[in-house]
Amino acid sequence: MTIRLEPREDVARWLSPVLTVVAIVVALAIGAVVLALVGGDPVRAYLHIFDAAFGDLGVLSDTLVKATPLILTGLACALAFRMRLWNIGAEGQFLLGAWGASAIVLLPILPAGTPAIVTIPAMMLAGAVAGALWGIVPGVLKARLGVNEIITTLMLNYVALAWVQFWVFGPWSEGGFQQTAPFPREAWLPRLSDFAGQFPVLAGLTTHLGLVFALIAAAIMSVVISRTRWGYEIRLIGDNARAARYAGIDTARYIIVIFAISGALAGLAGMSEVSGVVHRLQDRISPGYGFTAIIIAYLARFGPWQVVVASVLFGALILAGREIQPSGVPAMIQGIVLFCLIVADVLVRYRVRIQRSVAATA
Amino acid sequence: MDLSLILAAGVASGTVLLFAALGEIFAERAGVLNLGVEGMMLIGAVAGFSVAASTGNPWVGLIVAMLAGGLLSLVHAVVTIHLRADQVISGLALTFLGTGLARVLGDGLSSAGPVATIPRVTIPVLVELPLLGPILFRDQSVLTYVGLVLVPLAWYWIDRTRPGLHLRAVGERPAAADAQGVNVIRLRYGYVLIGGLLAGLAGATITLAISPGWFGDQTVGGRGWIAVGLVIFAQWSPIRMAIGAYLFGAIFRFILDIQGVPTIIGIANPFLAGRSATFFLEMLPYLFVIIVVVLGSREALRRRVGAPAALGIPYVRGERGA
Repeated sequence: MTIRLEPREDVARWLSPVLTVVAIVVALAIGAVVLALVGGDPVRAYLHIFDAAFGDLGVLSDTLVKATPLILTGLACALAFRMRLWNIGAEGQFLLGAWGASAIVLLPILPAGTPAIVTIPAMMLAGAVAGALWGIVPGVLKARLGVNEIITTLMLNYVALAWVQFWVFGPWSEGGFQQTAPFPREAWLPRLSDFAGQFPVLAGLTTHLGLVFALIAAAIMSVVISRTRWGYEIRLIGDNARAARYAGIDTARYIIVIFAISGALAGLAGMSEVSGVVHRLQDRISPGYGFTAIIIAYLARFGPWQVVVASVLFGALILAGREIQPSGVPAMIQGIVLFCLIVADVLVRYRVRIQRSVAATA
Repeated sequence: MDLSLILAAGVASGTVLLFAALGEIFAERAGVLNLGVEGMMLIGAVAGFSVAASTGNPWVGLIVAMLAGGLLSLVHAVVTIHLRADQVISGLALTFLGTGLARVLGDGLSSAGPVATIPRVTIPVLVELPLLGPILFRDQSVLTYVGLVLVPLAWYWIDRTRPGLHLRAVGERPAAADAQGVNVIRLRYGYVLIGGLLAGLAGATITLAISPGWFGDQTVGGRGWIAVGLVIFAQWSPIRMAIGAYLFGAIFRFILDIQGVPTIIGIANPFLAGRSATFFLEMLPYLFVIIVVVLGSREALRRRVGAPAALGIPYVRGERGA
């Protein structure tokens, strides 16, 4: 008996989304089996995840808070992956963005008492630029010297982490703790709960303006990728780099620009996290957003709006997963989800034929 | 400080990278890129440590660690060889899976207390060698010697034997190899599995020999990725890779050792343990990887040697370009 994969002639439009959903369900089932094998209670774990993520307005708002950095880093990865650039460095670009935004307040670049209307845009700019610079390095190495971007972006993640740790343990440390002093109110992104005075229902809701940035970024990317010459050329390079070169497209320039934009998006995620959530820079500011972003981009098939949906799902997993023991469960489930998505992708592209041996059929 | 002691410690810590990178060389030479090294090492590290802790026998731990790494690599093999999925994304998935699974399995292990480690021995006669003797052969873990023996064997296997020729053919021109009667699929499975076994061994080398203990993801701390970078620097040659692995081992040791010295030639050491400047030291290995990968890529361009031609491409019999 042999198993053969035959390319599908024409793929039905419903097949890919349906298989994606099936893949997630299968992944959760596999995760449950593994969890049961190591002595956990999968049913309770999953019920807990659902309840702690969508149970009421308050936790739903917390889920959206977790989804915000995931949307921005997810868009960063999706954009790069669309061009088949493996930017695995969103984590480092996120950290540099968080650092750059913090530098505005803590270095300080702007004097104390600068109004929010100036401080916030300055932090956004600093975060995006810092992230972009961190992305440009592997971009230039890839475009000019052909250096494998997977290795360079990954290594820069570790360098970025050490860089942030240096500042939060050293010059910016508050009383020897692994965190900086809290930012002044001018450096805080507005939250829903800030408007509880007018609308009491918003009391205690932590969703902040960063979510709006993320949705705007998704909207812009969606339009640029599908409606502009720029987007067309990015898609062309991604689908067939050689054909794009023959068509006279300067692929090296695109590589550098896309890495810069990708880094800027991840950097903005870092800014939104320090300014909208923790209001200070600290060690462990990211529970691996930049890595989860890779799975999100893949789950979304690089589509910007799909990134938003996937980010809410993974935001729920991260939020609820914090309380689940053992602590590696969310990371493990993420890995299984990615594998199931890969297999689903194969099933979209190929028809699986199981054949009896040739002699038997003859 | 005795320089030969530092270098000897560097060789010991380089052995971890050596095993992992050697496994990756085998897989990549057969045409399969496996970016899951970090995950396989973590699984090996946790499996080896927990089995050694519960049985009291480090050798049993070592074997289980290798099997665990091998088992994980087979997931990648099925997905990329049979199902023809993208090797990059599957390798990343393997690292996520391995990292998460290792953390689940390692829950509570960090307080497991001391475990029996792989014994250290001094090789009689060879230790008397000038220069190299005390560095390579004095009071090293048995695993260090395994590494020293494995590298020339791997080189000989790949470059000088008939099975090695088949291996190279499968990675460079699988269609031609297939036409010659070489079973491309079976060889690829075999070498991906060898890569997994060696990555598991590398992980257990950390927890059972070099720095015993379980510290979550930090146990491996990116060394799997450094191994992947080393393979590019080494241009897929075991000998060059071994030199690089020992060099990086020495860098890792240097970073640890320098933090314990109060003064350097009369000047207060800014990198004393506990000072924030030590974070710049921690960046060093990762920055060095970028530098060596850049150097390796430039040299590869100049000498027109590169990755195995079929690296990353699934093999389908009768398909054009395969």
